Parts: sequence; structure tokens; C-alpha cells
Amino acid sequence: MGTFLVAEAAAPAALISNGTLYALVGIALAVILSGIGSAIGVSQGGRAAAGVLTEKPELFARVLILELLPGTQGIYGLLVAFIALGKIQFGKAVLEPEAGLLYFAACLPIAIVGLISAIQQGKASVASIALVGKKPETFGRAMLLPAMVETYAILALLVSILTVANL
Amino acid sequence: MKTDYTYAAARIHVKELSLLTRADLEQLAGAADVRAALQLLSEKGWGDPEQELTAENMLRHEAEAAWEVVNDLEKDPAALSVLKLGKDYHNLKAAVKQVYTGSSLPAERLFQPGGTLDAGVILKAVEEKDWELLPAPLAQTAEEASVLLAHTGDGQLCDSLIDKACLGELYRAGKASPEEVLQEYAVVTCAAANIRIALRAARSRRPLSFLLDSMLPMEELDTKALAEAAYEGKDAVAEYLETTPFAALVPSLSGSMAAFEKSCDDLLIEHMKPQKNNSFTLGPLAAYLLARENEIKCVRMILTGKQNHLPDEVLRESLRMTYV
Repeated sequence: MGTFLVAEAAAPAALISNGTLYALVGIALAVILSGIGSAIGVSQGGRAAAGVLTEKPELFARVLILELLPGTQGIYGLLVAFIALGKIQFGKAVLEPEAGLLYFAACLPIAIVGLISAIQQGKASVASIALVGKKPETFGRAMLLPAMVETYAILALLVSILTVANL
Repeated sequence: MKTDYTYAAARIHVKELSLLTRADLEQLAGAADVRAALQLLSEKGWGDPEQELTAENMLRHEAEAAWEVVNDLEKDPAALSVLKLGKDYHNLKAAVKQVYTGSSLPAERLFQPGGTLDAGVILKAVEEKDWELLPAPLAQTAEEASVLLAHTGDGQLCDSLIDKACLGELYRAGKASPEEVLQEYAVVTCAAANIRIALRAARSRRPLSFLLDSMLPMEELDTKALAEAAYEGKDAVAEYLETTPFAALVPSLSGSMAAFEKSCDDLLIEHMKPQKNNSFTLGPLAAYLLARENEIKCVRMILTGKQNHLPDEVLRESLRMTYV
């Protein structure tokens, strides 16, 4: 139980405090923004993959992996949301407004970095898919290039998780 | 909303693998005869297996195939119109001559594929003088060319009128295009045409007024300065070009016109090369199409050289820079 929780049992309507609302907005942003970023990134990769597969269907497995790389940010956002929802004990406890704002702030790194890094990783994936289309033997190296963008999503994920866990 | 070309660019980048390399062209130039050259091309996937293996069949098939690929991928038919304008004006030239001077050549040899309009529509417009069938700039040129040829019978004058109109329209459309690659194509093509006029005039000492009238005014090249240089001679043209973005063409000015044409084609391909690393815009499609046209031109030159028994060395010297 977090130190900011003020009540554990009450009527359901009374549990939706301002603090809970702030926390839920942060959690929603973590899921929505990182999810949007991943959807855009995977969609870009998908279009490039379709272009390559039209000419070289035998490269399906390789381009699929490259297409899916920007999808991880959406999962990171979901992970942070699950942990935060568990911590605020939504539906069971009431949060003070300051506590809610802290949860909101803790969710922002993965929300914002997740959105931008997924879109940028999608662009890097598109370039790598084109590279694999031309030189299938470079798959290993081509995969590393968009994977580098993942570093920053992981850093944001760590900050969000560590912050939420310590509230 | 901006059109997305991610799918098209990725597909085109794979198709670039089938473009001929410099080594392929050299091997072709070293082939024993036309038959051997055609066989080599056939092994690389050129031509239609269902057609007889002749140079004309193969080249026509490849030109049509290149446009088919691009038309299949092009989402906005107007986007690549800059590259198609040349074909429209070529077909207009052929149609005007067909109608006013008559020609026994079959339509497939007279007209080129890949224009914004079907060649049949252009021919019908000229035959029936129904200019409304054509878009405004082409209609005006068609009418002027028809009147000129009907009154003078001078095919060269007619060609010159259509060529200038074509360049003007190409430059206007290219500059208006949001695609950098199409802007570059229009600028290089029009600059090359102006320099070509200057070089020919430098040899024949044409009057300055004729030169200024023949050249297309453009931002990137001061046509007045170029015309004045041409009036002084070839060295003055070279000296002026050194101060422009087209200095790469200067070394070729000391050679033949064929060397200059090669240099222009190489400059255009050099401008297209960055598109090999572009995965999001129309650029790779335009570059692929120009690369295909460049290689078809190169293969045509080699096959013609083989038919005329030109030495391999001469053919190798005329080989263009390749895109891949």
C-alpha cells in the first residue's frame, strides 16, 4: 500500500478522488501515446515490408521481425499502466491529489518517449527493410540499426517503472 | 494529406537489383554480335519470351515494362507528369508530321509509351483539329505547330517550336513539383538543352537574337550570359559554365556533341543517386524510371553499334553512368 493512500474501503463513488483522476490520466497517456507511436511505427514497417514481399516473398520472416520492432513501446506503456493501476489500488482506495500528480508525472516518460521513439524506430525499420530487400545477408546488422532506437524507450520505461514502484 | 510512398519505395528498391550495372553494360559491349548481345540481355530477364528476339521488340517491351511498374505504384497520376511531358510532346511531333507529311511507319514505331495522354488522342486531336481534346499548353503548341507545318512544310522549324514549348512546360511543371528530384530533373534537362543550343550556335555563329529566342529563360542559368558567351565561341561558353551549377559539363565541351550528351546523362543520374537511400517519397520511383530509360538508351546504343560493326572500344567510351 502506498504512503499517500488515505482510505481503503468506502462506497465506489467516493473512491474517484481528484488524486485518482490525475493518476488515471497519466496511466491512460502511457497506454494511449505509446500505443499510437507503436501503431504508426509498425504501420510504416508494414508498408515497406509489403513492398519488399511483393518482389521477394521468401523474405517474409526477416521483414516481419523488422516490422514488429516499433511495437514494443506499446507493450512498455501497458506494463507501466498495469504496475501503476496495481499501486493506486483503483476501486479500493482513495488517492490524495499530490499522490495522483506524482503517478501522472511517473507515467509521462514512457508516454512521451514511447510515442516519439516508436515513430522514429518505424522510420529506421523501413530503411532496414529496404536494406534487407536488397541484401538479405545483412539482416543481422540491419536489425541492429532500428534496435538502437529501442535504447531510449527502455530508459524511459525504467524511469517510469522505478518511479511508480517507489511511490 | 501527403501521399505515402513507403510501399512503392520499398518495392522499387528491390527492383533496382535488376538494373544493369556498369559491368553488365561492358559485357554487352564486348559481345560478339547483336545476336550474342540480345542473348545476354535475354538471360538477364530482358524482353518478352513470347516475342521474337529482336532489338526493337526487346527495347519496346522494356520501355513499356518500366512504365507499367511505375504506373502500378503511382498513387497520384499527376505526380510524375514532369517525366511524362517529354513523351506527350514527342507524340505530338509524330502526330503533326503523320497528318501533314504522311508516314508509312506503324504507330508503335512513331509513338512512345508513357505520356500523360494516349498517343491516339493526340493523333485524333491533330487530325480533326479538335484542340479541346488536349490540355491547354499542349493544345496551343499543337495548333501552332500544325499551322506552321501546313504553311511552311519545314519539319525542322516545327520540331524546334514543339521542343521549346516542351522545355517551357517541363521547367514550369518541374519547378512547381514538391518533389526535389523532379525539380532537379527539370533543371538539368532544361539547362542541358540551353547549353546544347549554345554549343551548336558557337559553331555556326548564329546571331545573338536568334540564340536568345531559342533558349528557355531559367533561374539557374543566365541565358543572356550564355548566349553572349556562345556568340564569342566554345571557350567562352566553358568559361561561363564554370561559374554555374553545371560546371561538371565543362570537360565534355572540348569533345564531340556525343561526349556532351553523355556528360548530361551522367549528370542527371548523379543527381538521382541519393534516391537509392530514400524510403518515403516519390523520389525512388522517379529515379528508377530515369535509370531504366538511361539503361534502355545505353542498350539501344550498344545494339545499334553492334549492328553497324563499331569497335568495342568506341562502344565502351559511350557507355553512360549507371544508377546502381
